[in-house]
Amino acid sequence: MTYSVEWQPTASLAHLRQRASLLKSIRHFFDQRDVMEVDTQILSHCAVSDPFIDSLSAEYRPHPNAEGQLLHLQTSPEYAMKRLLAAGLGDIYQLGKVFRNGEVGRRHNPEFTMLEWYRLGFSLHDLMDEVESLVSEQIPDLAWRRVSYRDLFLEVLGVDPFQASLSELQDACRQTIEAEFEDEDRDTWLNLLMSHLIEPQLSGAVFVHSYPPSQAALACVHPDPTGNMVSERFELYLDGLELANGYHELVNPQEQASRLSADQQQRAALGLPQRPLERRLVKALEHGLPRCSGVALGVDRLLMRKLKVESIAEVIPFGFERA
Amino acid sequence: MANYSANQFKNGLKVMLDGDPCSMLDVEFVKPGKGQAFTRVKMRNLITGRVWERTFKSNESIEGADVMDTDMEYLYGDGEMWHFMDPNTFEQVAADQNAVGDSAKWLKEQDKITITLWNGNPIAVTPPNFVELEVVDTDPGLKGDTAQGGSKPATLSTGAIVRVPLFIEIGEVLRIDTRTGDYVSRA
Repeated sequence: MTYSVEWQPTASLAHLRQRASLLKSIRHFFDQRDVMEVDTQILSHCAVSDPFIDSLSAEYRPHPNAEGQLLHLQTSPEYAMKRLLAAGLGDIYQLGKVFRNGEVGRRHNPEFTMLEWYRLGFSLHDLMDEVESLVSEQIPDLAWRRVSYRDLFLEVLGVDPFQASLSELQDACRQTIEAEFEDEDRDTWLNLLMSHLIEPQLSGAVFVHSYPPSQAALACVHPDPTGNMVSERFELYLDGLELANGYHELVNPQEQASRLSADQQQRAALGLPQRPLERRLVKALEHGLPRCSGVALGVDRLLMRKLKVESIAEVIPFGFERA
Repeated sequence: MANYSANQFKNGLKVMLDGDPCSMLDVEFVKPGKGQAFTRVKMRNLITGRVWERTFKSNESIEGADVMDTDMEYLYGDGEMWHFMDPNTFEQVAADQNAVGDSAKWLKEQDKITITLWNGNPIAVTPPNFVELEVVDTDPGLKGDTAQGGSKPATLSTGAIVRVPLFIEIGEVLRIDTRTGDYVSRA
C-alpha cells in the first residue's frame, strides 16, 4: 500500500474548528436529553457478522515474541452497546471511531467517526423525529420527507422491489447501467438501483423506511398494510448522501441467533472470511433487551453536508492516504 | 499483463475491455450501507475515444492493457503514414490516419510529439500544447491595423487553417494553441 508523503492535514483549519464545534454540540444535544455517553471497546474478540462489512484485524500478544491472537476492530459499537442496554444502563450514546476494511473513496474513509444511540421505548418514527432534531440543529433549512422503500422504487423507477422478479430487476438495472456481472442475489440488484439511480434523485433530507426483510440486519420484521413483510429500519439521506441507519431493534434471541448463523452461511457461500460470531449478544437478548430503537450516524458525512464539501478527506484531519 | 481487481482500480489505470485498451478517467467506490460494494468507473476507449460508465462488483477483475505514452520526434509524412522516432533509441514507428486523427494538422517536422503505444503500436498522437507554424497563405495585411477588431483565415505550413488578426502576413511564424486551435501571438 502506498501512502502520501505530505505532512499537512487534508482538512482546512476552518473545517477542523467546525468539526470541534460539531462534536461539542452533539454532546450537548444528548446531555440535554439525559442520554448518557458510553465508550465501549474498539478491539473485540468477535467480529461483525454482516457479509458485506469487512472487519480490520489487529494482533494481541502477551509479550512481543509470542504468537499473536487475532482481535477485530469495531465496525460499529452496536453489539457492545446492546450488551450494556441488556445490563440495564438505559438511554445511551457513543461518539467514536469505527473501522471498515476496504472502504476508501470520496465518501468513505476506512476509519470514521460514528455517532450511535439507543432510546428505550422509542418507535422507529420517534427515533426519526429525534434524528431530525439533531440534524436540523446543524443544518437548519432542510426540507424533510419520509417515504417507504417500496413507494420510493415505484415513484422513481416504476418497479415494485417486493414483487419484481430477479430478471425484472436485472433488466431495470441494465437499461441504464452497464454492469456485465451476474448475481443471483436480488439485493445486489436492488442495491445497484438504489445507489446508481435512486440516491442521485433524493434531494433534501429523506428518511427511507420499511426495507425488505432480506435487508433487515438487526431490525424487527412485521407485515405492512399491503401484506408485504417489511423490516422496521430506516436510512436517512441528505441530498443523496447516506447519513444514518436506524432500527426498531430486534429483541428476540432465537431470531438474533438465526440471523447471525444466516450471515455466517452467506459468508461461507461467498468465500468471505469466517470470524467469531458475537454469541454474547444472543445471551444478552436471552437475559432481556428492553424494547428500543437505535441509530448510527456518520458524523464526518454530516459535517460534509454542513460545510457543503464533496470529499470526506476535507473534514477529517488526515485522510486515509496521509494517515 | 497483470489482472486488476475492482478494488485496485484507480484513475489512469489502462485495462482491456471488449478487446480495446481503455483508460480509467474517474473511479468511484460505491457502498450501500448493508450491501456489497461496487466500483463505478468512467472510462475512455483509447481506440474509438468513446467515454462511458461501467459498474463492477468488488470481486470482478479485468486484464491490464500494455499502454504507454512516449515522447518522439516527428520525422515526415508519406501521404499514408506519419513517421516518428524515439530520440534516445532511434527506433522508428509509423502511425496511420486512425491514430493521428485531427492531430495531423499540428505536426511539424522535428517537433516533440507524445505517442501512445499499445503493445508497441501507435494508437494516439498528441501534439505539444503550443506549436509555432509559418503562414503560407492569407489575405494581404491591413497596414496600421495592429489593434483589436477583425480576423481572417490563414493557412499554415501544415495545412491547418486558423483565424488570425488582420495584420498578419504571409511568411510570419505564429504561436498556436493546439488544444483550441486558437492563434496566441507572433512567435
